[in-house]
Amino acid sequence: MLPFTREAFQAYLDQQQLMAARCDQCGALHLPPRPLCPACHSQELSWTEVEGTGRLVAFTSVYVGPSTMVAAGYDRQHPYAVGVVELDAGPRISAQLVDLDATKSERVAIGQRLRVTYIERGEGEARHRALAFAPEE
Amino acid sequence: MNNQRQLGRGVAVVGAGMSHFGVITGKASRDLFVEAFNACRVSVDRGLDPTDIEALYVGNYSSDLFEGQGHLAPIMADWIGLTPRPATRVEDACASGGAALRQGIMAIASGLYDVVLVGGVEKMSDLPIAGVTDALATAGDVLYEIPAGFTFPGFYAAMATAYLNRYDASANALLRVGIKNHDNGALNPKAQFTDRIADVMASKRLKAEEKGYQLPDWPDEMAFLHDERANPRIAWPLRLFDCSPVSDGAAVLLLVAEELAPRFSEAPVHVRGLGQASDRALHDRAELTSIPAARRAAEDAYAMAGVGPTDVKLAEVHDCFTIAEIIASEDLGFFKPGQGHVAVEEGLTARHGPQPINSSGGLKAKGHPVGASGVGQVVEIWKQLRGEADQRQVEGDLDLALTHNVGGTGQTCVVHIFERR
Repeated sequence: MLPFTREAFQAYLDQQQLMAARCDQCGALHLPPRPLCPACHSQELSWTEVEGTGRLVAFTSVYVGPSTMVAAGYDRQHPYAVGVVELDAGPRISAQLVDLDATKSERVAIGQRLRVTYIERGEGEARHRALAFAPEE
Repeated sequence: MNNQRQLGRGVAVVGAGMSHFGVITGKASRDLFVEAFNACRVSVDRGLDPTDIEALYVGNYSSDLFEGQGHLAPIMADWIGLTPRPATRVEDACASGGAALRQGIMAIASGLYDVVLVGGVEKMSDLPIAGVTDALATAGDVLYEIPAGFTFPGFYAAMATAYLNRYDASANALLRVGIKNHDNGALNPKAQFTDRIADVMASKRLKAEEKGYQLPDWPDEMAFLHDERANPRIAWPLRLFDCSPVSDGAAVLLLVAEELAPRFSEAPVHVRGLGQASDRALHDRAELTSIPAARRAAEDAYAMAGVGPTDVKLAEVHDCFTIAEIIASEDLGFFKPGQGHVAVEEGLTARHGPQPINSSGGLKAKGHPVGASGVGQVVEIWKQLRGEADQRQVEGDLDLALTHNVGGTGQTCVVHIFERR
């Protein structure tokens, strides 16, 4: 079994799998995964695949991004959207929002249905999949 | 958890001072710290012999990233002549200053020291803006939040969309916070921005006339703030004038055991209550329209002080972004959840309103050198409670005041309550 680390979570993302850690003792579901259950302090956890559907809880369109997003081509003329998504399975996660117009933020609705998508980021050796969500059809 | 605890013995503030806040070229953090120390020293009514100071706690977020300088505390101690006394840096992101103050208070309350210096300092402007954005982002979760694309304006913007949506509030309330805090900052000679928004409009008009180009005819401040070019989006719905600036600055307080206070001061400011709480990443919280760590820290501080929100005559709160002030005004119990935006629109938090917030200009106008901010807030409370705030003096019988200092998006919050007896 893979350890409950960022590296393992990323390895699953690269296979387009959204994996969480479920506490064997209290049943709490942790995404991102972690090696110790903060709810009951148990260290007995298991990997479990999570359905990539959920709803938008909060969001923004970023016009002045960090250097990683600037390198990815985003700037004041080309903002991107990012938000907090509540999965139907329970956990909430931060993710980029794609397939919507980030310049028309007033059209993005809190509560709207979203589905996971795995976008590509980085160049060459650093190329990897990143978690993102798009409006559900 | 027991939140009814009391300090082992009383602690009083007997001196407080700050450097100018702003983009201060040519001065390193140590120079700003000396400036703040000097301002603190002259504020001690009956004089301070620096050799009486037994220890130093310094709030600093990231001199490592901003200045390439780690291990800051002993340098600050050296520059004000305190070595070989113990000097410790305290880091809790933007709450570093408040957290350092808490350490200083506890060190005296424990009986270990009688006289402690608490400072906060940050020198941010040496980095280009992209570097500052990246440095601040490390106060978020760099494994799971920042790679998603969140920035600090982005986090608070997300809280703003959640808040505005939940309470069907207008983004105009955010802009009102900025207008109010610029009004207050204009009366603070140490503030980064000493222009009201109306003054900013006037100077832009003047510049346009001189250079012969046309500007829109803004009928009022709100129209100016709605202008996409004058007030560009940073992270929707937050715009430039919703964000605290990149700042340099330092602030210093002198704390003593309460029984020694009369030796130093004619009008000491007593520590009545303190609280601090931690929390998980923003996405791991059940709701985003409040900062739970702030509610918890305030609850503990009120319980220790034996007072409630209605007893607080004025507050300095952590308005790193305009939405943060509205949320703080609810978390601290001044207004019910969902009423903070109404309160600012109605002017209730103005300097002459019934619940004044950020008479100093707040982080928005006074400036936000992150590690110094939590200490700078206490400098304002010190002046106000002693009736020394000059043009921006809040009226009335001020006996109780509060500071609220947030780290990150609320992974840390520190609250202190002060009393003039």
